[in-house]
Amino acid sequence: MADLALMLLVFALSFGVGYVLISRVPPLLHTPLMSMTNAISAVTILGAILLFAVAMGPGAKVVGAVALATAAFNLVGGFVITDRMTGLFKTHHEPAGNDGRQGNA
Amino acid sequence: MSSWVTLLVDLSIIALLVVGIAQFRTPRGARAGNATAAVALLFAILLVLYRNTILSPGLLAAALVVGGAIGALVAMRVTMIQIPAMVAFQHGMGGVAASAIAFVELTRAHAPLTPVGEVSGFLGLAIGAATFSGSMLASAKLAAKMKQTPTVFPGHNALLVALLAVIAALCVYAAAASGLSLQLALVGTLAASVVLGYVFAVRIGGADMPVLISFLNATAGLAAAFCGIVIQNRLLIACGATVAASGSILTAVMCKAMNRHFTKVLSGGQSAVAPAPAPALAPAPVEAEKPVARTREDAMKEAKVLLRQAHSVIIIPGYGMALAGAQFEVAALAKRLEQLGKSVSFAVHPVAGRMPGHMNVLLAEADVDYDKLREMDEVNPSFPQTDVVLVIGASDVVNPAAIEKPNTPISGMPILNAHEAKRVLVCNLDERPGYSGVPNSLYDLPATLMLLGDAKATVTELLHGLAAEAVVEVEEEVLA
Repeated sequence: MADLALMLLVFALSFGVGYVLISRVPPLLHTPLMSMTNAISAVTILGAILLFAVAMGPGAKVVGAVALATAAFNLVGGFVITDRMTGLFKTHHEPAGNDGRQGNA
Repeated sequence: MSSWVTLLVDLSIIALLVVGIAQFRTPRGARAGNATAAVALLFAILLVLYRNTILSPGLLAAALVVGGAIGALVAMRVTMIQIPAMVAFQHGMGGVAASAIAFVELTRAHAPLTPVGEVSGFLGLAIGAATFSGSMLASAKLAAKMKQTPTVFPGHNALLVALLAVIAALCVYAAAASGLSLQLALVGTLAASVVLGYVFAVRIGGADMPVLISFLNATAGLAAAFCGIVIQNRLLIACGATVAASGSILTAVMCKAMNRHFTKVLSGGQSAVAPAPAPALAPAPVEAEKPVARTREDAMKEAKVLLRQAHSVIIIPGYGMALAGAQFEVAALAKRLEQLGKSVSFAVHPVAGRMPGHMNVLLAEADVDYDKLREMDEVNPSFPQTDVVLVIGASDVVNPAAIEKPNTPISGMPILNAHEAKRVLVCNLDERPGYSGVPNSLYDLPATLMLLGDAKATVTELLHGLAAEAVVEVEEEVLA
């Protein structure tokens, strides 16, 4: 029961802290924000890894591998895209590459 | 490791993530924040691998490498206009991961779950699966691989309620079942949830896509958080809840920017398509002032002169600009105008584009300084002092009907007050109304010049009109 209370507390606290932090993100950065939060929600990869710490049947192994692969896709993909996008934002104070299409050149 | 140390380590990882998100104030900070968050998660993964004995290391490594490599490859190649489709796809992958984990945990015979764990497992499974199908649909719509308008089935709401009831019944059955019947019940839950996600998302489309994509962001996070409760992992719960909060905020921001109630959007809300006021009702006296039957050529000539003479120009880009692929030409035009000593800025409506903030990324890609991008509330007071407003591929977000006319689908929606500027140049493909279906009364104003046609060609033509020789020519004309 104490566990349940603790988990609810963690959920409520994180939602609250997340809410405060994210309300302050300017609309300018909402797209990179969303792609980074995608990468963060790929924290499910921890759960997928933990599946492999306990013996599983072959069917469960396949499902576990799917969980691992999709989470890894989001984790890497999310952070890389966010890096590319945030790298595109320039001001005239910084040297901007002539090739505007390249993100993280 | 003692539980105290574990708690401390978890807390430091969460602290790193908080630092990462907190840096999302400026673009430069956001890049650093993204790296910070990546380091935090990498650290968390290494720690889990270190603390646990992995039973099938080969399979684990293969799945990680394949998933990660595909993720990296796609992320390097995707173009900025494809970002919404890509992000929606990732929401879907997040749903799959959560669903798959919940499935394995629920079917594990030797590790009975607590009732809370079991309920969370069902929720993670169902929400994850529905997020998957909803996101795939959204992604296909955003990639224009299927029709983007909402599809409403007869008895749509009843269908949704029935599906929810089926899912609930299957979960109740599964809670008491074991072995094969448990697995079958879970597969049934999965299938019903996939259908639920499809039915849910199919009646949302067009300009409402930013709401859908934000909402799916929230549900993907929620599914991850429920997974965390099943496996009693604080990090999963914390991260999932943070993402759920983020998605909820963006959903609310998008709804507010369109003055649409969330439930209206979800119900395919174009029920609001009020009998469109006949275009003939447009302000009648205008007709007299506005020269009739002006050719596009004349309009273009006048537009060039207006741009040359203007001191201040505000550019309003809409999704039509992105569809025409004209952002690079628009950026070049803005640069040229600046070279000629004019003050130039971009007014970005919150729902311009197909996901929150999409337009900013598109303009950043075209090398527009981000300090030239101005938000609606900041830019609106400056329109009356602005010489020329260039509307490029935008309609609903500049439609004065939102302010002037009651009972239209966009009434009350905050707009960019382009109609207050001294002159308005509209570089849209045609005169048809935007997604809302409300005729745009901006087009009928005497101050407005319509430059219809492909935005890329129109903007290029305007740019030619500002070439050095052309400018000299005009100055000579003026002198003479």
